[in-house]
Parts: sequence; structure tokens; C-alpha cells
Amino acid sequence: MMDEGTELSLTIAQIVQRLKATHLHSQIERQAKECLHRPEIQLESLKEDVRNFLKASGWERKLQNAVYRELHVQPLPSHPAAPPEHAKEPLAYMRKAQVNWEKRILKSLNSMCTELGVPLARKRPAVEQKELTNKWNEMGTDEPDLSRFRPVYAPKDFLEVLISLRNPNHDSSEEASAKSHWGLIQVPLHDRDIPQMREAYSELSLTTGQLGIDDHTHVPPDLFESEHTRIGKKVVNEQDSAAAQQYSRQGCPTGLRADLWALILNSTNEPEDVMHYEQLKAGVIHHDLLVDNLIYKDVKLTASNDDYYFVFEDFLYQVLLCFSRDTAVLEHFSYNSATPPKSYIQGKVGVEEFAVVYPPNGVIPFHGFSMYVAPLCFLYNEPSKLYSVFREMYVRYFFRLHSVSSSTSGIVSLCLQFERLLQTHLPQLFYHLREIGAQPLRIAFKWMVRAFSGYLSTDQLLLLWDRILGYDSLEIVAVLAAAVFAFRAENLMEVTSLTSAEAVLADLSTLKVMPLIQIFLFATVI
Amino acid sequence: MSKNKTAGYKGPYGYQKRREGDGEWDFNWCDVGWLRENFDHSYMEEHVRICHFRNHYELTRKNLMVKNLKRYRKTLEREAGRIEASKCDFFPRTFELPSEYHLFVEEFKRSPGSTWIMKPVARSQGKGIFLFQKLKDIMDWKKDGSRSEEQRDETQVESYVAQRYIENPYLISGRKFDLRVYVLVTSYIPLKAWLYRDGFARFSSTRFSLTSIDDQYVHLTNVAVQKTAPDYDPEKGCKWQMQQLRRYLTARHGTETIEALFKDVDNIFVRSLQSVQKVIINDKHCFELYGYDILLDQDLKPWLIEVNASPSLTASSQEDYEMKCCLLEDTLHIVDMEGRLTGREKRVGGYDLMWNDGPVYREDVNLETLGSACFTANTHLGCVNDRKKQLRQLLKPFPSKKRI
Repeated sequence: MMDEGTELSLTIAQIVQRLKATHLHSQIERQAKECLHRPEIQLESLKEDVRNFLKASGWERKLQNAVYRELHVQPLPSHPAAPPEHAKEPLAYMRKAQVNWEKRILKSLNSMCTELGVPLARKRPAVEQKELTNKWNEMGTDEPDLSRFRPVYAPKDFLEVLISLRNPNHDSSEEASAKSHWGLIQVPLHDRDIPQMREAYSELSLTTGQLGIDDHTHVPPDLFESEHTRIGKKVVNEQDSAAAQQYSRQGCPTGLRADLWALILNSTNEPEDVMHYEQLKAGVIHHDLLVDNLIYKDVKLTASNDDYYFVFEDFLYQVLLCFSRDTAVLEHFSYNSATPPKSYIQGKVGVEEFAVVYPPNGVIPFHGFSMYVAPLCFLYNEPSKLYSVFREMYVRYFFRLHSVSSSTSGIVSLCLQFERLLQTHLPQLFYHLREIGAQPLRIAFKWMVRAFSGYLSTDQLLLLWDRILGYDSLEIVAVLAAAVFAFRAENLMEVTSLTSAEAVLADLSTLKVMPLIQIFLFATVI
Repeated sequence: MSKNKTAGYKGPYGYQKRREGDGEWDFNWCDVGWLRENFDHSYMEEHVRICHFRNHYELTRKNLMVKNLKRYRKTLEREAGRIEASKCDFFPRTFELPSEYHLFVEEFKRSPGSTWIMKPVARSQGKGIFLFQKLKDIMDWKKDGSRSEEQRDETQVESYVAQRYIENPYLISGRKFDLRVYVLVTSYIPLKAWLYRDGFARFSSTRFSLTSIDDQYVHLTNVAVQKTAPDYDPEKGCKWQMQQLRRYLTARHGTETIEALFKDVDNIFVRSLQSVQKVIINDKHCFELYGYDILLDQDLKPWLIEVNASPSLTASSQEDYEMKCCLLEDTLHIVDMEGRLTGREKRVGGYDLMWNDGPVYREDVNLETLGSACFTANTHLGCVNDRKKQLRQLLKPFPSKKRI
């Protein structure tokens, strides 16, 4: 174990290293140079004066936000002798499982490719390029023949992988007892129980004001809402990422949410971001990728059929097609247990110089992937801004929902936490459902993989995602899943089959998430 | 007390179908055709209620609505000045054809390259509507002396209105939409009108573009028309609930801007009703549920497209069905055949009292508050509709309640 001092200097060194390469660095440098002409900068107190200038002009705040972002996204440096894969995933058996899963996905993709005779990538002829440019804002009108394409995998396939996870060092030969785990996930990961969560999520307590509860019609706005909105406006004016994150724990007002989320994610819409997006768009125009068809199919099957999101179909293509080509996304694989699939030039399999990451961003979409983007269309109008926010949300949170890892925000932990919460606090229900062959995780899994997108009504979903951002963790998703079961417990106790259990939980569109979470965390008898 | 109803509506009250020749009814939900034929010959007792005003078409026929609005605007300008009159500028330039053909041509020539929409005066559900940019497309409606007597008698052209097409509608993700809002009028003199909180936005199923004016599926957002489009997918649902739309707009433009927008929308209802107030034959037996069609443009200005006297009550989805059932239930609560209300209510279920011989405010106006400048209108279009709760409190059984 390193001592705190070494750890801190390592962290600082790492962050400085990463920020040195960014546009922000050159901007601040330029600002510092230009401010030398200003009268208040004196030679005697040069360093001091330049610092004060940067502070007053808001550049220090931007730097603060950038540092804050780095702290959040990158994991803490581990032991200097630790190999890089430990940053991705410290547990060997998890790494192995992820590798095997990836092999399966890639096999499936390659065989679809061979079967259909469609290349993984091809350059578009000039005519097609021109057509696509003209149709860029209405790609949804296209009706390509997608019948031959199948999604590479669906959440339920992934669930089977998680169910089969075993820690080889864990002795599970003990007799099944009341203490043993009733659920499907059989790995011994650590997670928080309700008393610990009460402390961690103190802002959600019964005595604290919340959007999603205390902005209801019969509550006078002076009690909470007006003041909260006033503070929100102040936070946006100050452009402070850390403050925005803290603020978001109690919910974001509808009119301020777009700005607050962009602030928390430090997602800018500077000219270089717009240019980056335009470059990606050019990439889409020039080349056609096999995964494009998967994206089309996914959007048509999911978002286009949703009452709330069908209207955003075109935006979804504009974001997801660009996303596939964004090599900047590859950075996140340093802390993602997943590894981008590699494709080899024909005949040169295994030869690294002929390896190419496929798709360029290393992320193969699965059935339902477009639902990560859909709710964001509610907040952002400009494609480049929408793209920027989505990408940041993906590399911070969403990737954890479909990779095998031991992270506390990872899907494995969420599933385990969900099952443990249910077993501890609703044992009768869990037992009953198990007996009738309706393991709760089989129903809740699809909600959690999508962070509830497409299952809740939009306004409720956005209130949930406020808290994901506010607490920088997906844990709340597992809590909500358990709370939903608690809410419908009475009906669930009466069902006698998996199908009827699913029917009871089929429609979540009327649920109010914050009361459910609040009651589950703070009113459950422990 | 028996409640009879014409065929088509299956409500929770278990209505009986009206038998032919049966003149005895207490409550009649009829269509305008029946009204036209029977209203004048029916004797209605004091308590009887019917769902249309005798000459509702002054508001709901496109040409008459425009005529009344134009006249009302002129009166306002004369009496209260230009600024006040400009509050009536919520309908696009409209001309009745063939009678106002020459006036129309003058306006048409003033704005070269503009697009116009032709709508038959008395039809609904998007029937007979088309767009045009050239005068030759509407030759049939040309009024001039060049046609002989016989020609004129033979080809009696249907009355249409030509209206300036709104070329910059507010688009969501490239799609045009319009709003359907429900306004219940229980009396014209004095004017008493209720606004329902729910409503919906109807999307066109294809992307908006001025280059394809022949494609009526792009421009007309009526669900009836959308249903016939080749790529119509009934599962898709071309509607958003009003709450959804309001939230989306608020997230986009901020609370204050959208509150101002909805205030402008309120203004449309009030002024349009005021414009026909003196023309409509008031009758205490009558009430009317109007379906207003509103269009937003890119500057977030709302425009009045038309008012429907018999808004469609068929449902396109489960959600839609529930909303319309609640709408009808609440309408019946306000009509109050049972005499449960005091008459002083500002809200009944999903309805908020918008106008009661004067503006209605959320705050209680009394001697103390009279001095303060900020009163908010008592309208909640697109806001939370917790009607069940409100009705439970409102309709608690009382030993004796007198209707004022």
C-alpha cells in the first residue's frame, strides 16, 4: 500500500499529464500570455497577478471543472507495480469471463458478416455519399432492408453469462442455508446495506426536499421548489461542476437540467467539439460500417416504437452512427474491463500491424443500446451538444452496464445488490417468487441494463438520472429495482408463474421514482 | 332521471340508446346534424341539457370564425387602440372564396412566393384540404364576370377559405405538430369557460419540408389523415400528451418563456370566445365542448387553426382512451345534472375555470390582495392533472347543497 502522500502526487502527476494534451491547456496558456499586456500585471508579482487574472476571468473555474472530471472518470492509481489490466479490472476471474464473452460476441458478429456477405466496412461510392449528405437530417425516412440483420446479443444473453460467473477462490461447498444467497448471481462481491446507504444518500432522506416529491402540486412552491430553483440558477451562473453535482442530488428543475448536466459532465460545446463532431459525420458519409445496420435495426425496434421517443429517431442515428466512429472513445478502455474487438486484414490474422479496432470506437451495440441516447434528446437540440453529453455519459456510466467487472457501479454488483436487498428486506416475496420459478433478477435485469430508459416515463427517468449524476454511481438503479418489487409486493405474492409476475411488472410508466426510493431507503424497518 | 345518448359513446354511466321518435330526454349528447334538424322544434324543460349551442357554427365554421374575429378586432381597435387589437393577431391572413377572391388576390400578390392553404369551410378531419403556391391552382374559385350565367349555376363551387400557410412551424426533430386543447363553455352571456389540463400534440408522421406541398401527409397533422398514410404505424402513436410537450418545451426554452407561451395560448381561447359572444344564441340548456387546434411557429407564437364543435372522441391508444373518458366525466361533473356543485368552484376534476365574466385568477382576489400586481391566471394546460383526488374532495357528500 502506498502512503497518502505518494498516492496524491501520483494522482496529480497523472492528471497533469492528461490535461496537458487537452485544448483547455493551450487555451489557458494563450490567455496567460495575452494577459501580460494588461496594466494590472506587474513584473514584480507576475505569478500572483496572472493567477488572479485567470481566477477573475473564469479560467480557473474551467480548469477546476476539468480536474474534477478527471478525478471522476479515471480510477485512482493503484500500486506502481500493478499491471495495466488491473486498472481495467482487478479480479482475474472477471477479466477471464469478460474475455470469453467478447470472443462470443465477435464470433457472432463475424459469422453474421460471412453469412450475409456484407463487409465489416466499405467505402461509399460518390453517389451514395451525396445522397446521405442530403438526407442527413432525416435518415429515419430510409427503409433499408434490415430483415437479415439480427442484434448481436440481447440483455438476456448477457444475463446468462453473469449467472455462470464463479470465483474460483471462493469455497461454496457449504450446505445451502438461510444465510446462503437465493438469487442468480453467485459471486461474493461487497456491497452496501441500507444503513450504509442511508448515510451515503443522506440528501434523499425523508426530511430533505426533493424534486420528484416536494414539487408536487399540493406542496406550496415556497417550501422547497422556489428556493431550490434559485440556487440552481446560481450554480449555472457560477459554472461550477462540483457544485452542480452536489445540487443534482436533490433533482434538477426542468428548465435548468440541460445546463446542469452539461456542467456536471464538463461537456462543452466549443468550436473544437463541433469540429470533432463534423469530422465524425464526414466519417459516416465516407464509409459504411456493418454496425450501422445494427444501429438502424436497434433504433427501429426500440426507440421508434416508443411513444415518447419516436420523434427523435433522426437524432438517434446522427448520434449513434458518429459514436461508432469516434476513436476518442477508445480511451475509456483503460478503465473498462472490456477490450475493443480487433479485426484483422484478410490473411493476416494475429499479426498486430494488420489489426484494426472494429468498430472504430470499440463498442458493439446490442439490442436496446439506442435507449441510452433517447432520453437525452429531450434536453439537447444541437446534434454536437447531444453527442458530447451522450459520449461523456457513456464513458462514465453506461459502459459499466454491459461489461463484466467488480466495480460497485458495474452490472454484476447492481444485480447482486438488488438480490441481496430483496432477500434481506422482502424475504417472503423472494422465496415465493423463487418457488414459482420467477427469479426476480430475470425480470429486473432488463431495467437495470438500460438504467430504466424506456420503462419509466421520461420525467421520472430524468429524475433518476439526476441522482446517478449527483452521486456519481449507478447504485441507485439497483435500489429502485428493489423498491419497485417492494411496491408491487402484494400483487406479486398472488402470482403463480413467471409470466404473471412479468405481467404485474410490465408497466412501470405510472411509477414515481423518488417516493419509492425514499421509502425503501429511509422507511424500511431494519 | 333517465339519461339518453346517441349511439357511439360507451361511458361509465351505462347510457341507453335513444329510440327514434323518443322526444323525452334529460341530457342529450347529440351531433350537429341532429341539432340542426331538431333543436328548434324541441321543448326543453328547465333542467334539460344539450351539448351544443344553436348557432355554434359562428365559431366552428372556418369562414364565420374568421369573419367574427376580424369584426371583433376592428371593434377593439376602435374602442381600445391598436395594441389591444394586436392581441387578436393569432390567426393567419384568411379570405373566404369565392366571395373575397379579389381581396385575396391583392394579398397574394403582396407576398410573392408565399404558400397558402385551402380548406373547405364545413368539412372536418382534413378532408378536401390542399396547399398551393400559384393562382392557377385555385381557378375554380375565381369570382369574375367571365363565366356565363349557366356556368355559374351548374358548377356551384363549395365555399373554401384560403389561409396564409405558416411556413415556419415549430418542429420537433424535424416533425410538424399541432395541439388539440379542450375548452368547455357553459354560458356565453355571461361568458363562462373552462380549460382542460390534458390535451395532446399530434405529430405528422413524416418530416416537414416546403418542397413537397403535394404530400398532404407532411402538412396535415390530423390523426384521421395520418392513419391513411402508407407508412402509418398505429403502434407508433403520433401523439404526445400535453404534459409531455410542456415538459419538453420547458427543458428546451426555460420555464419563463414557456409560461409566457401558455399565457398567449390562453389569450387565444378567451378572445375567440369573446368575438362570438354577442352572436351566439345563448341558452341556459346549452353547453359546448370545443376542440381547439393550435399551431406553434418557430418563434414560439401560437396560431389558431380552427375550433371544432364535435371534437373526436374515438381513441387512438389506451392512454388516449383514458384521457377522453376522464374528459367526458369531468364535463358531466361541470354540467352538474345532479346539482352537487355550489357554482363557486374554480376547479372541477381536470377543468380549471378560465373565464367567468372576467378573468379568473389562481389567487383569491379580495380587498387585501387587490393592490398587488401579480395575479396568475387560473389555467394549468399541460400541468399535472390529479383529478381523482380533487374530485374526491370536491364531491364529498353533504347533507344539503343548494345550487346557485
